Amino acid sequence: MPDATMAASPGTSTATREITYVMALNEALREEMRRDPRVFVMGEDVAIWGNRGGVYGVTQGLYDEFGPERVRDTPISEEAIVGTAVGAAVTGMRPVAEIMYIDFMALAMDPLVNQGAKLRYMFGGKARVPVVIRTQEGTGRGIAAQHSQSLEAWFVHVPGIKVCVPSTPYDAKGLLKTAIRDDNPVMFIEHKMLYATRGPVPEEEYTIPFGVADVKREGRDVTFIGIHTMVIKGLAAAEKLAAEGISVEVIDPRTLVPLDIETIVNSVKKTGRVVIAHEACERGGVAGEIAMQIMEHAFDYLDAPIVRVAGRNVPIPYNQRLERAAVPQEEDIIAAIRRIVPR
Amino acid sequence: MAVKALPLAKTTMLEMYDRMLTIRRFELRVIELFREGVIRGSTHTYIGMEANAVGCCTALRTDDYITSTHRGHGHCIAKGGDVRLMMAELLGKATGYCKGKGGSMHIADLDMGILGANGIVGGGIGIATGAALSAKMRGSGQVCVCFFGEGGINQGTFHENANLASIWKLPVIYFCENNQYAMSMSVKRATAVADIASRAAAYDMPGVNVDGMDVLAVYEATRQAVERARAGEGPSLIVATTYRFEGHNIGDPQPYRSRDEVEEWRKRDAIERFGRFLIDEGIATRAEIEAIHQAVDQKIDEAVEFARQSPEPELSSLEDDVYA
Repeated sequence: MPDATMAASPGTSTATREITYVMALNEALREEMRRDPRVFVMGEDVAIWGNRGGVYGVTQGLYDEFGPERVRDTPISEEAIVGTAVGAAVTGMRPVAEIMYIDFMALAMDPLVNQGAKLRYMFGGKARVPVVIRTQEGTGRGIAAQHSQSLEAWFVHVPGIKVCVPSTPYDAKGLLKTAIRDDNPVMFIEHKMLYATRGPVPEEEYTIPFGVADVKREGRDVTFIGIHTMVIKGLAAAEKLAAEGISVEVIDPRTLVPLDIETIVNSVKKTGRVVIAHEACERGGVAGEIAMQIMEHAFDYLDAPIVRVAGRNVPIPYNQRLERAAVPQEEDIIAAIRRIVPR
Repeated sequence: MAVKALPLAKTTMLEMYDRMLTIRRFELRVIELFREGVIRGSTHTYIGMEANAVGCCTALRTDDYITSTHRGHGHCIAKGGDVRLMMAELLGKATGYCKGKGGSMHIADLDMGILGANGIVGGGIGIATGAALSAKMRGSGQVCVCFFGEGGINQGTFHENANLASIWKLPVIYFCENNQYAMSMSVKRATAVADIASRAAAYDMPGVNVDGMDVLAVYEATRQAVERARAGEGPSLIVATTYRFEGHNIGDPQPYRSRDEVEEWRKRDAIERFGRFLIDEGIATRAEIEAIHQAVDQKIDEAVEFARQSPEPELSSLEDDVYA
């Protein structure tokens, strides 16, 4: 299949409209299913739930367009969903399996981690495993400890899996199309509180390559690296801090595997200061990995210790005030930046 | 054996005998090489169970799929795998099926439909079900045989996938080799139902018991399940009663079973039984059987020689093939 033209950013498009993150994902699925008959969708309630597809609506309308062969409602069997998707992928199909909440991946780790991620390597390079696991994570809906975790670090830790964490509608669409065309297992992790957010998305086709971070806002004084909602909160924090004369560069890695450390390091060389934010628990989170890579590549440029702004090391609580306190907020980001930027 | 009506050509049956014997001789040589120290890690031999893989795979097309287990050498040979590439893999050589990176538990030959041995008990069940889904969606007419043991059928993955395969009418044959022990755990202690095949009822598919020491009976049971699968009627469960003559792995002291029990099962050796059958029924002469023995020994000798002479993988290959 010929690669689509890469649009560098939404601003370069001639025909851009604003759509939601959920509809951007929906368009990506629809376009890829039209383009390639090997692509199909499977998962719990992906066909006819709610607005005809998906508990968060990502697959809405696909069943009506593509029918039951290519939009497959499954029983509540996460291990079978991922296992079957891996088996279909290694034998010539390009499945997009939906796991309703990333928390449920705990039920499906063997087929992804021990099978899908390793088949190619174990078999001496002969297998291709073009499977996408679409799921979503994060807090904000009051659904507590088994429906709100942010578990991207689990998958970053397993060689053989690629990991996407889009924060905008533009990135969501472009990255999902790339994920579907990739010949490796991809954990495509969405965020439940981003589905309703709107942003510019070109009318014409585009894809976004993996391993290319996006500088969401340029700045001089500090490099802020965020995942998912932290990008949005980081941009809001940057706006407020600009009024105080602090110039924040906001970077969204967009894919954690592969990680575009070059863009991050180039920013650090300019700013000398780094804040990394994610909702996931601080302990063992990807901020630690990114910080270490910065140390390895740009230690001499650092003017202050790298700061993590991450989730507390607790299960996500139900109560709204507690839930909010468990993950970083805009004020936490502002406080962290103020702490390391001289005034 | 009520086999006279079976529509199998003499050449096919001699090929079956050849493959059963190839498995046996391959495994005996593996034990020697393991004790010699040239095979490392953990190796699980298929000795005693040869009729299962060979009977089953004889009912398959070349482009049909199988998924295998940690005890996978027999499945690979039965499906047409190359013993030279297998032996080289066991010796960790660059010429092996997996370039020395997989070893005994990860041998695969995708060109022959062999979707891999598996180090996780039950690990192939989802892959097999997915391969069957793929075959169905592509309209290829392929089926997938999913091998696992009576230990594997107690994993949750079997129950999720059997249900899914049944509601979607997928062309998959779940082939449970009941060799009586999951490591030390007797099937009698591990499994609530005495008749494992009865579990098929829960997924509305046929559940068939077969003598796993009778290669022609295994062939016939598989043939019927394959026919059903290709006709779009969905999955089947076959439970073969069999026995591993050796321990779980090389070095297993086997305190969980008696020598008498092992000896009783050895008397039912499927290869001897099939060889006698071929001669007694006038299908093959002693000279023809003897010729197969010589050819198999030579084939295994060549495989060992090929493996021994093959180069080690380069250290520079360590990070190759993590991603496509």
